[in-house]
This record gives sequence, C-alpha cells and structure tokens, in this order.
Amino acid sequence: MAQVSVAEKTKDRLGSAEALEDYRQHLISEKDPNRPRVIVCHGTGCRANGSPKVAEALKNALKAAKLSAAVVPEIKATGCPGFCSRGPLVIMEPSGIFYQHVKPEDAEEIVKTTLVEGKPVERLLYKDPKTGEAIAHQDEIPFYKHQQKVVMRHIGHIDPTDIEDCIAAGGYTALAKALTTMKPEEVVAEVDASGLRGRGGAGFPTGRKWMTAIKAAQRKKEPIYVVVNGDEGDPGAFMDCALMEGDPHALLEGLIIGAYAMGAHQGFLYVRTEYPLAIKHLNIAMAEARGLGLLGDNILGTGFSFDAQINRGAGAFVCGESTALFTSIEGRAGEPRPKYVRSAEEGLWGKPTVLNNVETWCNIPLIIENGAEWYSNLGVPHSTGTKVFSLVGKVNNVGLVEIPMGMPLGDLIENIGGGVPGQETFKAVQTGGPSGGCIPHFLADTPVDYDSLTKAGSMMGSGGMIVMDDKDCVVDVARYFLRFLEEESCGKCLPCRLGLKSMLQFLDAFASGQGKVEDIAELESLARAVQDGSLCALGGSAPNPVLTTLRYFREEYEEHIRNQRCPAGVCKELISYRIDPEACTGCGTCARSCPQQCITGEKKKPHVIDQTRCIRCGMCMESCKFNAVIVE
Amino acid sequence: MKNQTKDIDSILETYPSEPRYLISLLQDVQAEYNYISEENMNLICDHVGIPITQAWSVATFYSSFSLEPRGEHEVKICLGTACHLKGGQRLVDNLSRDLGIEPGKTTPDLKITLDTVHCLGACALAPVAVVDENYHANVTSKKLNKIIKTLSEE
Amino acid sequence: MSEKTKGKKGKISFTIDNQKVEAEKGWTVLDTARHYGIHIPTLCYHEAVKPSGACRLCVVEARQGNWSKVVISCMYPPAEGIEISTNSDRVRNVRRWILEMLLAECPASREIQALAAEYGVTGTRFKVEDPEEQCMLCGLCVRVCEEVVGVRAISFGSRGVHKHVATPYMIPNTACIACGSCVTVCPTGAMQARFDKIRGDVSQRTGHGFAH
Repeated sequence: MAQVSVAEKTKDRLGSAEALEDYRQHLISEKDPNRPRVIVCHGTGCRANGSPKVAEALKNALKAAKLSAAVVPEIKATGCPGFCSRGPLVIMEPSGIFYQHVKPEDAEEIVKTTLVEGKPVERLLYKDPKTGEAIAHQDEIPFYKHQQKVVMRHIGHIDPTDIEDCIAAGGYTALAKALTTMKPEEVVAEVDASGLRGRGGAGFPTGRKWMTAIKAAQRKKEPIYVVVNGDEGDPGAFMDCALMEGDPHALLEGLIIGAYAMGAHQGFLYVRTEYPLAIKHLNIAMAEARGLGLLGDNILGTGFSFDAQINRGAGAFVCGESTALFTSIEGRAGEPRPKYVRSAEEGLWGKPTVLNNVETWCNIPLIIENGAEWYSNLGVPHSTGTKVFSLVGKVNNVGLVEIPMGMPLGDLIENIGGGVPGQETFKAVQTGGPSGGCIPHFLADTPVDYDSLTKAGSMMGSGGMIVMDDKDCVVDVARYFLRFLEEESCGKCLPCRLGLKSMLQFLDAFASGQGKVEDIAELESLARAVQDGSLCALGGSAPNPVLTTLRYFREEYEEHIRNQRCPAGVCKELISYRIDPEACTGCGTCARSCPQQCITGEKKKPHVIDQTRCIRCGMCMESCKFNAVIVE
Repeated sequence: MKNQTKDIDSILETYPSEPRYLISLLQDVQAEYNYISEENMNLICDHVGIPITQAWSVATFYSSFSLEPRGEHEVKICLGTACHLKGGQRLVDNLSRDLGIEPGKTTPDLKITLDTVHCLGACALAPVAVVDENYHANVTSKKLNKIIKTLSEE
Repeated sequence: MSEKTKGKKGKISFTIDNQKVEAEKGWTVLDTARHYGIHIPTLCYHEAVKPSGACRLCVVEARQGNWSKVVISCMYPPAEGIEISTNSDRVRNVRRWILEMLLAECPASREIQALAAEYGVTGTRFKVEDPEEQCMLCGLCVRVCEEVVGVRAISFGSRGVHKHVATPYMIPNTACIACGSCVTVCPTGAMQARFDKIRGDVSQRTGHGFAH
C-alpha cells in the first residue's frame, strides 16, 4: 500500500532525543490551541453508522459558509471516543460540546449555529434519560464523568494516521526518556514496581514475565522476541480494536520501550484479520515512525535498533492463545502445545518470547513517563492501573469505557452504563468472554479487579462486559459460548474436541426440555474432566460459563428440565409465538412475512398462528408494527 | 468480484522464500482471487519450500481461506455475543433457509456466499451484518432479504 | 534445569503413588513410571516419535506443598520432591470421561473398547456419528510420516470436530512410499482401513512430499 511517508514529506530522521523535543515544540507552536476543531469519530462502529458522510457534509458546509481563514475549524477524523450507542459522534474542541446521532443533514446547522454563532444545537445534545435535561459538555455527561481516561487519553483527540498530531500530544516522550536516561534494568524495574498485570485475560504480572525472559535469554544466549497479541477474539470485546485504530503510536511506543528493556531487536504484531482498519492504521504508523527514526535502525541516534512486522490472523480464535499464536507466526496451523516450559523461555522458534496484549503494551509509556508510584496509586493494590472495558448488550450506554480497577460492578452498569433499558436492573453481567462467567445481580457490589472477579467464579478476561436482562436465558448463553468454542477448537486434544461436543449434547437436551435433573451433576463432572484434561486454556476454561451459570442460576436450568419452560422466552424448542387478539389490527403483514404461511385470519380481524407449523423464525414479530406478537 | 489485477508471480515475489511466509501468501492469494486454487497452492509451496501437505493443512485449518471459489458477494452476519443477544442466530437461520445454503457455503449460481463472523467490533449497532465490506447496523431479516434481492438482480 | 531439580548425580528424586523413584536427567514422569514398571495408560504415545499430548489419557496429578495440577505424564518433567498420583479422583474422572467419549467417537475399535472396559467404562450416552469409525486423531500416523519416514504424505485437515487425517485434497498422494509405518503405529485399525486412500499408484511414487 502506498502511503506518503513522513520522511518524504518532512525532514530527516530525528537523530536524538533533543531533536524529537525540538520537533515537538515546533509542531505545538504551529498549532493554535484556540482554533476550533471538529472531531468526527471514524472508529469502526461510527464508520458503520455513516460518520464519513457526516465529515464530508461538514466539510462542504464549511466551504459554503466561506468563513474567514482565521476561524475555519479543522475537521479531524479520530478514533473511538467510546460512546458508541450515540454515534455518529461529533465533538467540538476546545469547547467540549458533544453532539450525538449526527446525520449529514445536520452539518449546515452545526456550522451556522455552533461555529458561526457560538451556540449549541439543542436537539443534537445528550439528554439525561430521567430528567430530559440537555448536557452540552462531554465531561459532564455521566457516561464520561465517572470514567478515567488514561490509556485512551488521546483517542478521540488525535488523528491516528498523522504522527505529527501524536507527537504534538506527547507521543514518544516516554521512549526518549527510557532510551536516553534509563538503563534497560531500570525500565524493567519500573514496570515491575507499577504492578501492571497482563490485560489480555490471565493477569500475569508483566514485570515478572519480562524478567523470566531476560534470565532465559542470558542463560541460553539467545535473542528475545517481543510480540503483540492483537488477536482480540472474545466476541463482544473491541477494546484493542479501538486502541490499535485510535492510537497506534501508543502501542508502538510501548513495544519499543519493552524491546529496549529486554534487549530485543525483532518484534511481531499479530492482529486479527477481522480488524482491517486497525491493520491499516498500524501500517501507516510504522511507516511514519520509521521515517522519523523512531523505529528501525539507530532509534533517536542512541544506537538501539528494533523493528517489527505485522502478522495477520487468519480466522482462528485459538490463535489468541500464546503457543498457537506462535505456531501461526511460524506459518503452521494454530495448534497449542503443552506449556510445561514457559513461552518466556521457549516461545517463537523455541526462543525466549514475551507476548503481551495490546492494552498491556499501551500502558508502558504511561508508566515510564509518570513513574511506577503514580501508576500503582491508580486502581487498587494487586490490580493497579485502569482497564478498558467494552460495555455491550442490554445496557443504555453501549460503548468503550475506561475505569480505575476496583469500581463496583453495579456502579459501572448504573452510573456509566445508564442502567438497563426497560428494566429496573440487570440479571447478570458476563465477563471474561468464553472463558469467563456470569455475575448475578445480587453480587453487584463485586469490585471489578482481577482477584474479586475470579473469586466470584468469573474472570477479568480481555474486558468484554456483556449485560444481560430478563429476556436473556443463561442456558442459551452457556450454549452459545460452548458452540463458539466447539467451532474454534483446534481439535488436537480429546477433552476439548470431544468434551465440548459432549457438553453441548447435555445443554441441547436441557434447552429442548429433555434431559433429567440428575444430568446436571453428570454435566458438572464432565465439565471438571474437560477443565483438568484439556491441553490449553481454550478447552480448560470452556466449562466456565456452564459452571458459573449452574452456580448462580440453577433454578433456571431446572425450570427448563422439569417444566419444559424457558422463563426468558429464548430457547426455540420451548417457546411459542402467539398473536394477542387485543393488539392485533388484522393488517395481515405477519401472514405475508411468514415463510411457513401458517398465519391465517380475515382482514381487520385478529390473526392466528398455526402452532403445528410454526418454526419460531420470528419474522412475524419483526414485521408487526403493533407489538401484537408475543413470546411465551 | 474484482478484476484480477495481479498475477501470482508478483504476489510470490513480495515474500522471501521461507516457510514462515506461508500464511501471508495464502492471505494475499485469497484476497486477490477470492479462493486458493490447487495450482496456486502448489506454486506457493514451491516458493516457500514446504510439502503440499503442510499448505493444505494450514489452508483448511483457518476460516479465512477457501479452497472453493467464493460467491460474487459475501454476506457476513455477526454472531458476537452482543449480536447473539439481539437475535443474530435467528437472522442466520432465516437467511440460510431462504438462500438454501448453510453458513460457509455459496449459492449454486456463485452469486452469494453466506458466512458468520464472531465480532466485528461494532457492538453498539447489534445486530450487524457486513455485505461486501459495507456495514449494516440494526439489521432485520426483512432488511437482509431486501439487500439480497438487490444483489441477486445485479 | 534449575537447582531444585538436581538431586544426587543429576538424578531427580520424587514419588509416584507414594513409591520413591529416581529419574535420569531429561526423563518425563512416564519414562520414569515405565522404568519402574508402574502402569499408566496411553494412546497417542509411541517411542518412535515425539510426544504430542493429544489423547490426555496418561494424565496424573502432580502435587507439591499446597499446589496440585493435573498434567500429562508423557511430557511432564518431574521436579525434585514432587508427588505424582496416577489414580487420584481427578485423574480417574478425566480418564473415565475420555474413554466414554471415545466409545462414541470410535465405536468400531476393539482396542478402545478393551481399554475402556479395563477402567470400568462399558457404554456411552453420547451420540455416535459414524458406527464404522476407528480413528481417534491421535496423530501418530502423521508424526511418524514426518519425523521418521520424512515424506510427509499425510496431515490433518480442518480443525475441531471436522478435523481428520487425510492426504491433500483427499486424493492419494504420490509422495507416499507405501512403507506402512503409519499402519504400524496406529493404535486401532483406523489406518489399516484407509490406507488404500492414501498411497497413490506405487509406480508413480516420488518419495518426497513436494508438489512436483
């Protein structure tokens, strides 16, 4: 791909830390902090919702307005500011006026009312769902007020495809500090003292992992490879996606600092192929960084050389597991191997390898810049720092949030998430993806940190938080995760390949009202065999959703088995669709949309579904404008 | 389907002749030709120096690769957790029934390939579908049928 | 190896089922058990090839202090003073479920039926897909063809429940030299049954696994 490299555009490579600082000051002086900026979110979510058209419309409206050069604002395409359910998002800087659900047709009014007349467009402002009161400024909106943007501080403010924007905002300051004022051991010590734990799921202390690799490399006299795990496979998790799309330089900077600390000269970024925008932005970022001498040979003239390449995933969730990820980089099928010798000692091509998650690497520049003490004061002891979560599912405010570790789960859902639409509160929150579990509402005061979540039977995982309400069935959710893992299993070991299939046989029986209550104990026994016997963590943690839902929602399982009833109205074999004769207007739309042609009725008279032919496809419910089709 | 602009040799030349570039080569060939033919598979093996068994094993292991030609249009329905909770499975079942093919397969006229994908990173818009790189938010079976109709008439 | 794994003269002292044993440097728990005549069942293990850890039947429970873990004995390196149990509750649980699932996976294999019966598993509640199937995907055939014979005529295709042993494109592979090593190492009759699908026309054999 042909991207104009910064080296072609500008000057020579930056040959020292001073040169970087001079360049930074130069860039800052060129920018007028009072010149208005119009931020238009171009993260994958808002793009899917048409934000590029909004940006285009704003550009055209600005041109048509013929403002004097001094006040023409800059329109910036940035990464994800996080409030995804309100997109497309347009945010004014420096005023902080926040517009939601912006359409291209709104562009003219925004230009006229806000940019020229300096007033907010009322109808585009966020409204408090309870009071209806409009809140104009981003930091006053409850969704943002309770967050603490640390790792995501630049996202939504900088243009991720422009390294100058990143440098002006402070990018690569930490790298310069590490390379020119700290010894590698000092960098490692700082990371260790910060208490940073792996953000990919297992929460292993990062400093300790680095030290294991360093010792192994010294003993074996081999090089260390540093690898980024960008294979964010947990469905419903898109934190790393936003980080890679919105601030790729933070990731690169952290990786280079880590490489320096460990004496590594070669790095790999493994990014799943389902994130094309992230791959594109990372490629641009790396080309730009190389152009300025921040990546490649003799970085900042210090004599330290390091470069990296991107390896795309090829559609296998199992490749998020470290040993499978390595075999994938090596060009083979992603089959994990037993980890009786740590990857930090024997990883990629048998050499000491440090694999860390995207978010973990992004935390490194912060720790170096601000110090371990500052970092360890964020969050709680044993779970220091902040964590980015993707808050999705049955919650009012769907999006990406960053909070200090230790916030009670209920506060996250209510204060930031805005509660559950249409219901008083949540039924359960699923954390940790397919390896995690459901935390029920009565445990809402569980602090969100590694150890508390594990104690509750779930785990932190990569950060996906799926909020469930009364219309979500735990048996269905357990089945969903098992089916997902069955499809993604590499198939090498018996407990996983056969065990997941067999556990599903139990769950399918429960979900269709067959099976006996005694089967629950058998399923639990099989689940423990799969946990104990599996080769890798995919199989080893696969029983978690089943086991936690059984722990907290056993009655729901029993209701399915004993009474052939799905209380949430989800399990197809146990529900039926019925037309409410009071609500039905007899318009016939449902009958026309039914693929089985099993709905009958006269015009303007209540219609009826033939239960013997109904396949519960839901088309009637979808097409009915009067909410007359109910599930029971 | 785009016009084939690159020939296989120019794709091969992009990578050194080492086994570790197998997956990258398969990805580039898949992207360019919409599938991996037996002929191209053999050429890749020759270039990186591995036996055909390894390439075949890798090509059948990863979901991104197809050994059969894919359809002119690719319809991917997201089955990530958020999309599942919003009825994603029903969308897949309905479309699969209407097109007469299972997910992962292509219609006999090679017009449409139906796929499921696990999480595109656009969870606020659940349920999501991607049709030829165009994202569709809050899809319903009705919307999907409309889209399919337009594609089939092209 | 760290200091704590070296005992006298580089040997590692530990226990298996409360019996004191000594491993030479580089021995796994399985190597040690076999040396002492302690029986641990295996399916995917063969002295001729590297262990892969696929069948998990050789599981044992390793305990040190208040820490315990279920591991596979064919690959686990014993540490000084570790306590290995070949018959703990967790081990027996893993084994009996694997065997019951295997009875559904390979219903036609007499070897698996006999092995299962040895551990008290005589029936299965799980669905049988193919009543003629004997292959449990242990991978011994693939490994012997790669590591010992060197022609790499067969490999695994697909993944998960669709995984199968095959030649590329499921047509006989001229790379196969019909040596029969795969049949020899196969723990069931599976390879015997599909051998004809693998070896191509012997007069066309190339003897190496490359495309031309």
